[in-house]
This record gives sequence, structure tokens and C-alpha cells, in this order.
Amino acid sequence: MSRVRWADPADPLPDLPGHSSRGRLERVLRSGRFAVTAELNPPDSADPQDVYDRAIVLAEVCDAINATDASGANTHMSSIGICALLTRAGYACILQISCRDRNRIAIQGDVLGAAAMGVANVLCLTGDGVQAGDQPGARPVFDLDSLSLLQTIRTMRDERRFLSGRAITTPPRVFLGAAANPFAPPLDFRPLHLAKKVAAGAQFIQTQYCFDLPLFERFMARVRDQGLHERCFILAGVGPLVSARAARWMRAHVPGVHVPDEVIARLEKAGSPKAMREEGKRLCIELIQRLREIEGVKGVHVMAYRQEELVSEIIQSSGVLAGRRARASRTSPRAVEARP
Amino acid sequence: MYAVRLWSVRRARFWEAFYRRFERAGLAAAPLLRRIGLDRLERPTAALERGVKGLLFDCRMCGACILSHTGMSCPMNCPKQMRNGPCGGVRPDGHCEVRPEMRCVWVQAWEGSRRMAEGQRILELQPPLDRTREGSSSWLRVLREKAPVSPRAP
Repeated sequence: MSRVRWADPADPLPDLPGHSSRGRLERVLRSGRFAVTAELNPPDSADPQDVYDRAIVLAEVCDAINATDASGANTHMSSIGICALLTRAGYACILQISCRDRNRIAIQGDVLGAAAMGVANVLCLTGDGVQAGDQPGARPVFDLDSLSLLQTIRTMRDERRFLSGRAITTPPRVFLGAAANPFAPPLDFRPLHLAKKVAAGAQFIQTQYCFDLPLFERFMARVRDQGLHERCFILAGVGPLVSARAARWMRAHVPGVHVPDEVIARLEKAGSPKAMREEGKRLCIELIQRLREIEGVKGVHVMAYRQEELVSEIIQSSGVLAGRRARASRTSPRAVEARP
Repeated sequence: MYAVRLWSVRRARFWEAFYRRFERAGLAAAPLLRRIGLDRLERPTAALERGVKGLLFDCRMCGACILSHTGMSCPMNCPKQMRNGPCGGVRPDGHCEVRPEMRCVWVQAWEGSRRMAEGQRILELQPPLDRTREGSSSWLRVLREKAPVSPRAP
């Protein structure tokens, strides 16, 4: 097991004109390269090493690591805690903020804290309902929704003030993101909803898992009709399915995930668990390659639930990095293996 | 009541026109209402509004009514209180992620909006809700914002 030495808080990259943040993800996207982001599954532990073990395998193939915020309404290490650890070790990360658990007072404070630690990207989410997770008895907050959250952080960054109007002396330099689910009803409103998110301040978009390409292509056509693909960077969500059973479970239990029957049938045909796992990986690689061809798709966002070790292989085999070296860690000495 | 709420959304165009006339009448009566005193009218008006809109739309008295932006489907009935559009968890059958027995408030809102003359108002961005307004009358708020104070008023 590799150990990571703690470094100083991440020193940001130099300023570039027209950039909102000093982060790697915004640079990669604005320079026209195909970006890769990946989700880090938060540990159920207080051991920083559990975060670093997962980060180190992701960092070599992605431009930023998403720190999820109790996704599926399950309690894990917090996104802000994970970002604190990642920035200390020099990793580029995306702070996910869900409106489910905190009100506007807490969230605005977290944004300042995160930016101070060197977090350059924030993904604004509404959040899954508490009924989906392990603590359905919790009180849902939902003081803001994802769009008012975007507006709030944009106000903090661009107008240097809190929602209350009180001044912020040093604004948070963050690249703002939002999620999109092109596969959930009302389908014909989804592209318009994306336009609303862009109007509210979203600069990059990470979509829900794209297993249904025809549906996604129709969505993207309407996105292009509105010119949205030139006003935000869209990263298509992908992930390997381990088995037909897992796919069915996801479809039934994870809010908003749409897995077409053909995908499940294809996994089933593979037969043995090992063959299914291979087929799931192959399917994911194929999807990435086809998504890349869709005009307006500027990157992929890999969500490999508890399978971080697969991400590197999938990204490398897909060829999307086209010879370029993605790394969510700045320079190797910042996240080196320390002596035991 | 859920059934009445669904019925009201199906008649979104009627309610839109009705509200427009109602607002005009209210604004015309503004000088008189101001003379009585808007603060004095707050409690009875809020009670009336709660009764009428509660019956028709399952209104939750957020104090910042946007029914005419949401196809006459009250967004405060959304368990996540989404005021800007649906979340990503809407079920394939158009029902709510949190309360599967209920149609998604925003699926309804989108259908209602398409029936309305000014349905494109669903695209306007809604700011964070001011929770101190909860329980207060949106009708009087509109009156305060839209009806100019007459110069003779004290």
C-alpha cells in the first residue's frame, strides 16, 4: 500500500485571462482538450490513507477528482474533508455540494473554506432524497436548489458578496459545475433546464450515466440547437457495470439512473461473473469512444462505484487522452510515496 | 387535495387568465386597500389565500408565489422544494423520486406551462426563497410591489 506525504495547501496555478479558476480542469477544457474526471468513492472511515489509496489510482488518468457529498444520501466521509486531504497532497478536485444536508449559511461558508484550501471546482447538486440512503429518518434541508446554489456561488465569486449582500474581501475563484440528467422525465424540458443551469452560472456539466446513446444524442441535438454546447463544457457520465444483477439493482435503487434492457441483455449473454465484468468494461470503453464523437461532448466523467482500479484501464484503452498525460496531481513530488 | 391539484394543472390556461384578471382588479383596488392599510389586511388576506389556493393548488404559503411560472403546479409540493425545475431523480413513469405515489411536481409544471399563454415563464430563474415570508400573503406582496403608492397617501 502506498503512502502519501502531506504537503502544503495546494498552491494554485498562475492566473490566466478569462479563466474563473486557477484549476487544471478549466485549463484543459478551455484549451480544447478532451477532459476526464472521475469520482472518488468516499470511505467509511477516518483514515486519510483510504482517500489517498483511491486518489492515487485515479489521478494518473483524470484531470480532476470528484469528491462526492453523501451521494445516494448515504453517510460517508464528507466532500469537504476529502477535498481538504486531496488539496494537501496536491490533487485537483471537484467539491460536490448537495442542497440536501446544509442550508445557505453553511454552504457559503464551505465554499470560502474550500477555495481557501485550493479547491478550484465546485459541482452544484440538489442531492438525492434522504429516503434513498441509509438514514431515511434524517431531516432533509433543501434550503436552496441546484440552480439557486449556482446563482449563490456565482454571486460570491463575481460580485464579491454573500447572498445577504455582505462583502467578501477575497472571492472564491471556482469553476462552477452542475449535473444534468437527459434520461429522466420530462424529457423535452431537460435541454431547456440545462439552459437554465447555464444561465444560473454553470460552466461545466457532468451528466448522469449515459447508457442510452440514441436518447443522449437527441438531447445533445437540442442542446446544440440552443448553442449551449458553446456556452458550457459537457462531460458525459460513464461507468463500468459489473454484472447484469448490479445493473438491475442500480436501475431500481439509484435515483435517476436509466439502464436500457439491451445493455442488461448484453451483460447477461456474457455468462460467467468474470466474463460479465469484462463485458461491462468493454461496454464502457465503447460508450466513451462513441460519446466522444458527439458534437458538444467535451469530456467524460467516470463513475466507477467501488472499482477505482478499473478507471485507469478503461481510460487508457478508450484512447481519449490521445497521448496526452492527464494527471489530477500537480507534479509528482507533491504526492509521492513516502517511506513507511 | 391531490386530485384537485392535478385538475387545476389541467386547467392551467384558465387559471392563468383568471389570475391575470384578478391581479388587475387587485391593482385597481390598490388605493382603497392601501387606505384600509395593507398591514391590517395581512392576516385576513393570508387566511383567504391559504384557503383558496390551498384547495386548488395544495398551496404551502411560501409567500413568494410563482404558480404562473410553474404551469400552476405549486413547486413547494416537491419534497425537495425545487423552484427552478425537476431534479434528476424523476422516475421513468413521471412520478416523484421521494414519494413514488405522487406525480412529479415539475412534470406537472412542464405540462401546465405548455397549456399557458405565457408558458415560457417556466424558463425564468428563481432566486433563493426568503423563508421569512413563509405564511404571508403573496397577493399583498404583488400589490406592494406593483401598485405605486399614491402621492396623497399618508
